[in-house]
Amino acid sequence: MSVPLTRDDVQKVAMLARLKLSDAELDLFTNQLGQVLEYVKMLNEVDTDTDAIEPMVHVAELRNVFRDDELEKSLSRVESLANAPKTDGQFFLVPPIMEGT
Amino acid sequence: MSITGLTAAELLRRMEREELSCVEVTQAHLDAIDTHDQQIGAFLHVDADTALAQAEAIDRKRQSGESLGSLAGLPVAVKDMLCTKGQTTTCASRMLQRFVPPYDAHVITLLKQSDAVLIGKTNMDEFAMGSSTENSAFKITRTPWNRDCVAGGSSGGSAAAVAASMAPLAIGSDTGGSIRQPASFCGVVGLKPTYGRVSRYGLIAYASSLDQVGPFANDVHGAALLMQTIAGYDRRDSTSVNIDVPTFTKTIGKPLSELRIGIVREHFAEGLHVDVESAIQTTLDVYRSLGAKIRDIALPHSRYAVATYYLIASSEASSNLARYDGVHYGDRADQFDKMVDMYAASRGEGFGAEVKRRIMLGTYALSSGYYDAYYLKALKVRRLIQSDFDQAFQNVDVIASPVSPTPAFRVGKLVDDPLAMYLSDIYTISANLAGIPGISVPAGISSDGLPIGLQLLAAPFEEERLLRVAHMFERETEWHKQRVVLESN
Amino acid sequence: MHFSTIIGLEVHVQLLTKTKIFCGCANRFNPRNPNVQTCPVCLGLPGSLPVMNREAFRLSLKTAMALNCQITRFTKWDRKQYYYPDLPKNYQISQYDLPFSSDGWLEIETESDGSSAFQTDSPLSASSKTKRVRLIRVHLEEDAGKNLHDESGQGADSQVDLNRAGTPLLEIVSQPDIRLPQQARAYLEELKLLLNYLAVSDCNMQEGSLRCDANVNLHVQTDDGEIIPTPIVEIKNLNSFRGVELALNYEIKRQIEQWKQTGQKLGDVEKETRGWDADREVTFAQRGKEEASDYRYFPDPDLVPVSVSEELIETICSEMCELPAARRCRFQLEFQLSNYDAMVIIGQGRIFADYYEQVANVCGDGKQAANWVTQDVLRELNDRQITIDEFPIRPPELSALLTKITGNEITTKSAREIFSELLVDMGNGDEGKEISGARIDQIIDQKDLGIVSDVGQLDAIIAVAMGRNKKAVADFCDGKQTAIGRIIGEVMREVKGADPKLVRKMIVDKIGS
Repeated sequence: MSVPLTRDDVQKVAMLARLKLSDAELDLFTNQLGQVLEYVKMLNEVDTDTDAIEPMVHVAELRNVFRDDELEKSLSRVESLANAPKTDGQFFLVPPIMEGT
Repeated sequence: MSITGLTAAELLRRMEREELSCVEVTQAHLDAIDTHDQQIGAFLHVDADTALAQAEAIDRKRQSGESLGSLAGLPVAVKDMLCTKGQTTTCASRMLQRFVPPYDAHVITLLKQSDAVLIGKTNMDEFAMGSSTENSAFKITRTPWNRDCVAGGSSGGSAAAVAASMAPLAIGSDTGGSIRQPASFCGVVGLKPTYGRVSRYGLIAYASSLDQVGPFANDVHGAALLMQTIAGYDRRDSTSVNIDVPTFTKTIGKPLSELRIGIVREHFAEGLHVDVESAIQTTLDVYRSLGAKIRDIALPHSRYAVATYYLIASSEASSNLARYDGVHYGDRADQFDKMVDMYAASRGEGFGAEVKRRIMLGTYALSSGYYDAYYLKALKVRRLIQSDFDQAFQNVDVIASPVSPTPAFRVGKLVDDPLAMYLSDIYTISANLAGIPGISVPAGISSDGLPIGLQLLAAPFEEERLLRVAHMFERETEWHKQRVVLESN
Repeated sequence: MHFSTIIGLEVHVQLLTKTKIFCGCANRFNPRNPNVQTCPVCLGLPGSLPVMNREAFRLSLKTAMALNCQITRFTKWDRKQYYYPDLPKNYQISQYDLPFSSDGWLEIETESDGSSAFQTDSPLSASSKTKRVRLIRVHLEEDAGKNLHDESGQGADSQVDLNRAGTPLLEIVSQPDIRLPQQARAYLEELKLLLNYLAVSDCNMQEGSLRCDANVNLHVQTDDGEIIPTPIVEIKNLNSFRGVELALNYEIKRQIEQWKQTGQKLGDVEKETRGWDADREVTFAQRGKEEASDYRYFPDPDLVPVSVSEELIETICSEMCELPAARRCRFQLEFQLSNYDAMVIIGQGRIFADYYEQVANVCGDGKQAANWVTQDVLRELNDRQITIDEFPIRPPELSALLTKITGNEITTKSAREIFSELLVDMGNGDEGKEISGARIDQIIDQKDLGIVSDVGQLDAIIAVAMGRNKKAVADFCDGKQTAIGRIIGEVMREVKGADPKLVRKMIVDKIGS
């Protein structure tokens, strides 16, 4: 955590996030994200170990929310495909998927 | 007084008495949009024909003696983050500029059932990421009080629409202050409900454990009216809480005797604009005059709220926005090599800078090797922030604070300094982390003529108390009656 | 040098719920009609939210309990993030660090434990023919949609069908306890049988309701007793139980060759993924992933955790039907069946075993019932391509028939004739004609199949037959035991229902006297 964020790091994260960045963006974001990460380090000041603080994902302590196994109306195929950037009327179409893509 | 600028209650009264028809009311607000919105930029889409058709239908219903919903004939502007069936819903993003949802958000269904007229979809920061509505892919929204200043964000469009009398009511969403802060910048009432009060089904997700839908109005009564219409359990949202919704409008007029108001010393420190500080102090005096006791409380972990929020929100957002890839919906890039490239190119083109920043921050915080130090750590501090509030509410009924360190800032001032922008959320953000309700009510005008809001916070599911306390203040002052005078386009 | 094979299986089964795991779309195999069983939730449309299917969770608990797993009292779902066109949200809702169950086992029958050379740490049951395969975990997640690639190789677009997206999926991960390809197959078959008994899944590999990946490597034991593990290979794209066995057989041979050539040890290279080519019957290297997947698991904020109560566990326990392994044992004990017969009966599924049990209980002779059910009935089911519940001779009637045999009213041979006749009724379009006990009696009369036990009547006929066959009698007295066969045959022809054993006895007695 003490090593500053490098351009390379940002490149890797952009890849993980499937974001194509220009060189200018890479530089800008390395700088800006670096600042934010520096800032959030302040959380290290908070002792969350002594009392073993539990992480809080949900604010309301809801449990056991289920729905019954009953059929509901599906969308028609036309509706499902309506927003597809490319379709043949039956399927969503994407460029050929190759191994490792 | 002209039709626009009337409160929701006043409009309902006149329509009930048939002094005004729904069509007249809708038309008047459509005219206001036509006349003023070019300067303000509150709306992304307005479908006048559909709105008038809705209004006509309600007039007909009234004529035939059918029973009408609680919002009958009231124009409501909706943040373009809620899915409206058959109408584009863009989240102010190029990625969704052509997206037409095949379904209505739960809140939209409720609005339709209550006979509201959905007058248009409002501008926002892209995917709700921002505090100024400068991050929209399409336009900037300005506060109607000063064209050089931002409306606040991310629900800037909805706040500005109400402030400019283009709609008496509007719907926004609040993840870190995105209703309360624009309400403050625009001089209107904005309410963030308790997490789980209002269904998120159909609200395009930014940060799932923080997002809530809430109302904007000219006055507390309007906010209460809209709030009781949209609140309630929805079985399609697993985080929706099954709890009764009080009829808020019935009780807002009842003041709280022996009101205890908590204030946090640290809030009134450096960085707080002098006019904001003085406005809040004046507000506290008003409450004192009504018999309230002002108490110092401590929220020891509040200084960590911004860091905690940005780690959690960005992490959730990085995941919620992963679906935008141009495969099943959304914009697909024209040029790319193979699949991986298609995803990266589509997303690179479709998202603005702030969205990309937060996606990357979140991806980083969740990635192997960093998860414990960033995301998990933030979740733990979140629990401490929530327990600070639990503690505080043992001793006070509401907490009062500024909404924002400054009134509306100039367009362009913070947009290149993300961290500075994040830090401006300091007062509002904790409420989302803790899931508690909060309201912003107009409480003053700065020396530059910009509105200043007062924030009140209450314990979970205590919206009724919040509204009553807000109303106590409103009754003693005239801030909510001020309507900004607008030039024509 | 000795090679031991270490095999672990990761199985995904689709649950038999009416609807998908997080939405009310139909959970049905429907490849001919793409993208009609979809909604905002399973399409991953902006603004959609998941809500857990109660029945999916209940079936999951039931399965895990039948697999002897520990059920965690607090469980949650996590997002597993990766990008693929069949994954609409670009994350799969799965379970990461708090799966609802763990540490179970499944026993299989095996001819050998495959560990003759040295000890394994896999526990064996008391019977050397039963092997216990331990399970690491069983968890509940959602299935992705289906990608269809352009087979022509001309680079046309791939097609995505999201009908399957959101189907509830149980992931069952075994410890690498399996030692032989045959055991892997046995494991899958036993698992399928179990899930069939529980009515949890139909485990149809062809339709994709059961999918299996195998992890396999070798433990090489050198002459000085050192054990060297080789790199682990994951085999994907297995599409039949037989395929699993063949693939493993092939892979093991390949790995042995590989070891001999390269001497690579576990850790020297990355885990390899290979696909199974069912046509050429080989495994082939698949191009490695471009970057190691960082799934960035985190708890799904749209779903809330589940607390499993004691009451729920007890309810499911009490509703649990008798599981195959237990039923096999009981049949062997209660009906004095051989292990083989018990396996055949149980192996045909729960309803078949129910049928057998009814017959056995009513006719009172378990072994006889087993013979008839596993031979005559099963043969008819296979020939006619019907299931046991479509079989027209119901347990009461079959029992009645068998009871007549044991009661010496008819011979086994006659019974078979009656059995055929009853089925002919069915073939003649007499489906409406009820196969009843009365009908059996009717056939017995018509064909004169009743065993004649009237000794006096028989006596007379025997005397006549003996008179006609004096040479046969003489031969018999000379020691040719089989000579009286002729006489028996004649008597049988005269009196169809005669009990041949009785006739023989009477002839012998007569000769003797």
